[in-house]
Amino acid sequence: MKFQTPAGHNPIDRMSVVGQPLDRIDGPLKTTGTAPYAYEQHDAAPDAAYGHVVGAGIAKGRIRRLDIKAAERAPGVLAVITADTAGPLEVGPHNTVPLLGGPEIRHYHQAVALVVAESFEAARAAAGRVRIEYEAHAGAYDLEAARTTATAPEANAQMGEPDTQVGDFLGAFADAPVRLDETYTTPDQSHMMMEPHASIARWDDGTLTLWTSTQMVEWCARGIAKTLRMDRSKVHVISPYIGGGFGGKLFLRADALLAALGARATGRPVKVALHRPLIANNSTHRPATIQRVRLGATRDGVITAIGHESWSGDQPGGGPETAVSQTRLLYAGANRLTAMRLAVLDLPEGNSMRAPGEAPGMMALEIAMDEMAEKLRLDPVEFRIRNDTQVDPENPERPFSARPLITCLQTGAAQFGWQRRDARPGRVKDGQWLVGLGMAAAFRNNLPMTSGARVRLDGDGRITVETDMTDIGTGSYTIIAQTAAEMMGVRMDQVEVRLGDSTYPVSAGSGGQFGANNATSGVYAACIGLREEVARRLGFNSQDADFADGQVRSGNRSAPLASAAARGEIVAEDRIEYGDLHKTHQQSTFGSHFVEVAVDGATGEVRVRRMLAVCAAGRILNPKSARSQVIGAMTMGVGAALMEHLKVDTRRGFFVNHDLASYEVPVHADIPHQEVIFLDETDPMSSPMKAKGVGELGICGVAAAVANAIYNATGVRVRDYPITLDTYLDRLPDVA
Amino acid sequence: MAGSATAGAQALAKGSEPAPSPPRSLEPVHSRVRLRVNGTDHDLEVDTRTSLLDALREHLHLTGTKKGCDHGQCGACTIMVDGQRINSCLTLAVMHEGDAITTIEGLGTPDKLHPMQAAFISHDGYQCGYCTPGQICSAVAVLEEIGQGIPSHVTADISAAPSLSADEIRERMSGNICRCGAYSNIIEAITEVAGRRA
Repeated sequence: MKFQTPAGHNPIDRMSVVGQPLDRIDGPLKTTGTAPYAYEQHDAAPDAAYGHVVGAGIAKGRIRRLDIKAAERAPGVLAVITADTAGPLEVGPHNTVPLLGGPEIRHYHQAVALVVAESFEAARAAAGRVRIEYEAHAGAYDLEAARTTATAPEANAQMGEPDTQVGDFLGAFADAPVRLDETYTTPDQSHMMMEPHASIARWDDGTLTLWTSTQMVEWCARGIAKTLRMDRSKVHVISPYIGGGFGGKLFLRADALLAALGARATGRPVKVALHRPLIANNSTHRPATIQRVRLGATRDGVITAIGHESWSGDQPGGGPETAVSQTRLLYAGANRLTAMRLAVLDLPEGNSMRAPGEAPGMMALEIAMDEMAEKLRLDPVEFRIRNDTQVDPENPERPFSARPLITCLQTGAAQFGWQRRDARPGRVKDGQWLVGLGMAAAFRNNLPMTSGARVRLDGDGRITVETDMTDIGTGSYTIIAQTAAEMMGVRMDQVEVRLGDSTYPVSAGSGGQFGANNATSGVYAACIGLREEVARRLGFNSQDADFADGQVRSGNRSAPLASAAARGEIVAEDRIEYGDLHKTHQQSTFGSHFVEVAVDGATGEVRVRRMLAVCAAGRILNPKSARSQVIGAMTMGVGAALMEHLKVDTRRGFFVNHDLASYEVPVHADIPHQEVIFLDETDPMSSPMKAKGVGELGICGVAAAVANAIYNATGVRVRDYPITLDTYLDRLPDVA
Repeated sequence: MAGSATAGAQALAKGSEPAPSPPRSLEPVHSRVRLRVNGTDHDLEVDTRTSLLDALREHLHLTGTKKGCDHGQCGACTIMVDGQRINSCLTLAVMHEGDAITTIEGLGTPDKLHPMQAAFISHDGYQCGYCTPGQICSAVAVLEEIGQGIPSHVTADISAAPSLSADEIRERMSGNICRCGAYSNIIEAITEVAGRRA
C-alpha cells in the first residue's frame, strides 16, 4: 500500500480498540519472568557453550603479540577466536569499526578475542589467560582539543547538509538590539540498557540462526551476512524480547558476530553476553558535543537571527551528532545559520542514542531560549509563543502537517501552575531548599519508513500477525494487536502477535520513534488485504463491508468472520510505503516540559520535585504504553541533566566509568511522580494510523527544563552538562 | 572507580615478559549443593565459582532472574533467600546449602499472578521487562521490611514504625535500576499493593 494522499475516514477512526489504554499483552510473561530474552533460549540451544569476550587494553595501536596458548590449555576451553583465526571478515553496513580487532586496534575494549568453554566460569577464567602485548600509538581523545581540526562532514540523507543558511545571519545578528552568544557542552553518554548485548548462535548446514537482542532484525541479518560474507538468505535472526536498546542495539554488535564465529569454530551453539564493564567502550555511545548558539531579537522578542553550530567527534568514517537539526525547524526567524563540524577521535564508535541530534541539541538550544527570554524580560513561555512558525522556516512554502506547539506550551503552563513562578531567580525558599521552576519546548521529527506485515485468519476467527518488528519495551506487541483487532473487528484475545523473526515481513524496526506509526501502518495495510479477501470469499463488496464483533456486515447481510476461513486459512501480506507527503509537509511532534526543582541552599544537592510533559504526537495508539514511553524519556532526560557522563581519560583514550555504579543513571529516589498530557490530535498526513512517534519526543528538552529550573531556583546558570553540584557549589547564593 | 574489572586480558608493558604465575591447579572444583527453590529441592553439582544467579539461570533454567551487570550494581538479579532480598550475582551457589530461595517464578505465574505482578501490569510499571522480575521481588521484600519496622535512610524517626510513604518506597527501591524509566508507575503499583495490605 502506497500512502500518497492524506488519510480519509478509515476503520481505525472507530477507536474501539486502538486508542484505548489497554494493559500490555506481554505483561503476564514479563512480570513472571517467563518472557525469554536472547541469552535464555535454553530450548533452542540446549547444548550451548559459553563465550567470554576479551577487549583491547589500549585505545589505539597494534597488537604486537597475542598469546592464546595458556587460554587454550585452560580446563573446559573449546576454542579461542581471534582475528588471526576467524577467517576473512568484512565490516557491516552500519558499523564504523571492525567488531573483532587485531592486529590494528581502533578503540579501547574493541573485542580482540573470544574464549569459548564448556561453562561460563571456565570461559571467563580462561579469558584472563589471554596474553596480549601492544604497541600503543598516540590518539585524539579530547573533543575540545580536536575542535579546531574538525571539518564539515559529507551530506547524506540522514543528517542533511552540514551547513545551512537562510538570509543574512551575520548581518542580522550584528544588527539585533538584543543578542545572545553562548556555548554549551553535552558529554558522551551511554545507553546502559538493562539487558547486556547478548546472542546465541547455532549453525545448521551452513545456515546461521542467531537468537539476539536487536532493535532492527533486518539490519542485524544484513550486518552478519555482510560481515561473514554469507548469503543473506542463510541467516535467521530471532529477537522476540529485547531488554532495552535506546539506539545501542540498532545493528550488528560484537556479541552476535563472536557467537557466530565461536559456534562455527566449535560446531556447537555458543552464547555470548557482553559483560557489563565492557559495554560502554566496546559498543556505541552518544557522542559529546560543543554547541554555540547565537540568537538575535527585536526588543519585543521577535527572533531575527538564529544560529546554531555543533562540534562532535567520531572514529574515521563515522558521522556527527546532528545536534543542530531541530534549530532548522523549531522557531521562526528570517536569518538563519546552522553548521556541524566533525573531528576525528579515537574514542569508541559514536552512534544513535534516544533522539540522536535533538536530545543534545535541545539541551543547548532550550537553555539559550531561557537566557534570551530573561534578556528580553519576557516570560520564557511567551517568548517561545512569539516565535512560533506554522511553516518550515527555511522554506515557507512548506507547511507543518500539524503544529500545536503553542497549545502544548499554554496547556503545560496552566496545568503546572507556571503563573506562580517568580521570574527573579533565588527568591523562593522552602526551609533549606531553594525552589525553582523551569520549562522547555519539546520537538522531534516524524520519520516515515517502509514497514511490512503478514496477517492470517483461521477457521476459529483468530487473527495472527507476523512482522519482524521488535518490542524493546515500547509496547509494539500491544499496539499491533490493537491495530489488527480494530481492523478485523475481533477481540484482543483473538489476536496473536509474532514479532522479531527474520522469516517474517521486514518492518520499520525500533528506532527514531518511528516504530509505532510505521509498524502499525504496515499491519493496517496487510489487514486491508485480508479484509478484501474475506469480503470476496463471503461474496461481499469489500468497500462497504463492516468488520465488528467477529461479524462481517454489508447492507442487510451478515456472516461470521470465521466462516470466511472455514475451508482454510486466509493469509494476506503487504507493506506500507510512503509517497511525498512528508516532503510537501513537514511532519514533526511537539511538546512542552515543565519541571520544579529544589536545590539545597548549603550543599547544592538538586531534587526534582515535579515534572509535566504535554505532547502532540498525532493519534496516541495506546495512552497507557505511550505515557510510559514519555515518562521513561523524561527520566532519561533527568539523567542527562544531572548525572550521565561518560568520563574520558584523555591520556589513555577510554571511558573510565564503564559500569552501572560509576556511570550514574536515575534511580527511584531521583524521580518524582510524573504527569503526561497528550493533546487530542490526529495527523492524516502521517499515515493511515494518523499517528506519529512519542518515545523520543519525551526526552527532547527535559534536561534544559531542569537546567532552567535550577537557574530559577539559584540564579546559577550552568552551560556544561551534567549539572553536578561541584560545578556550581561556589556560585550558590549565600545562605542567609 | 567502582567495578574496575575491565577486560580479562592482561596488558603487558612494552618489551616485558609475563611474570611466572605461581603454581596452582587450574582444574575447577565442583561441589554438590542442595537448593530449595520456590519450594522444590534441587540437587546440583556446580563449579564452586558459580554464582547463585548463574545456578538459577544456567543450571535450573529459571531465567526470570536477570543478569544486568553481574556486579551488584543494577538489582535485576534480586531474589529472596530465607525471606530476605539479595543480589544473587553477589553470592556463590555453594554458600546456600539448604536455603529457601524465592525467585520471580515462585511468586506467581501468568495464569495465577502475585498481587504485585498484577499491580505492575495494571500500572504499566515496566517497559522492556528486563529489570522487572528484580523490581517485583524487591517490592515484595520492601513491604515486608517496612512491615517489620526496619528503618531506611529517609526514615525521620528510627524509633517509630516506618511509613508506607512514596519517599520510603523510593529510597528502598533505589537499588533496582529501571533504564526504561518506569519508576513513577512502579511506585504507584507498590503503593496500591501496600494499601491493599494495610
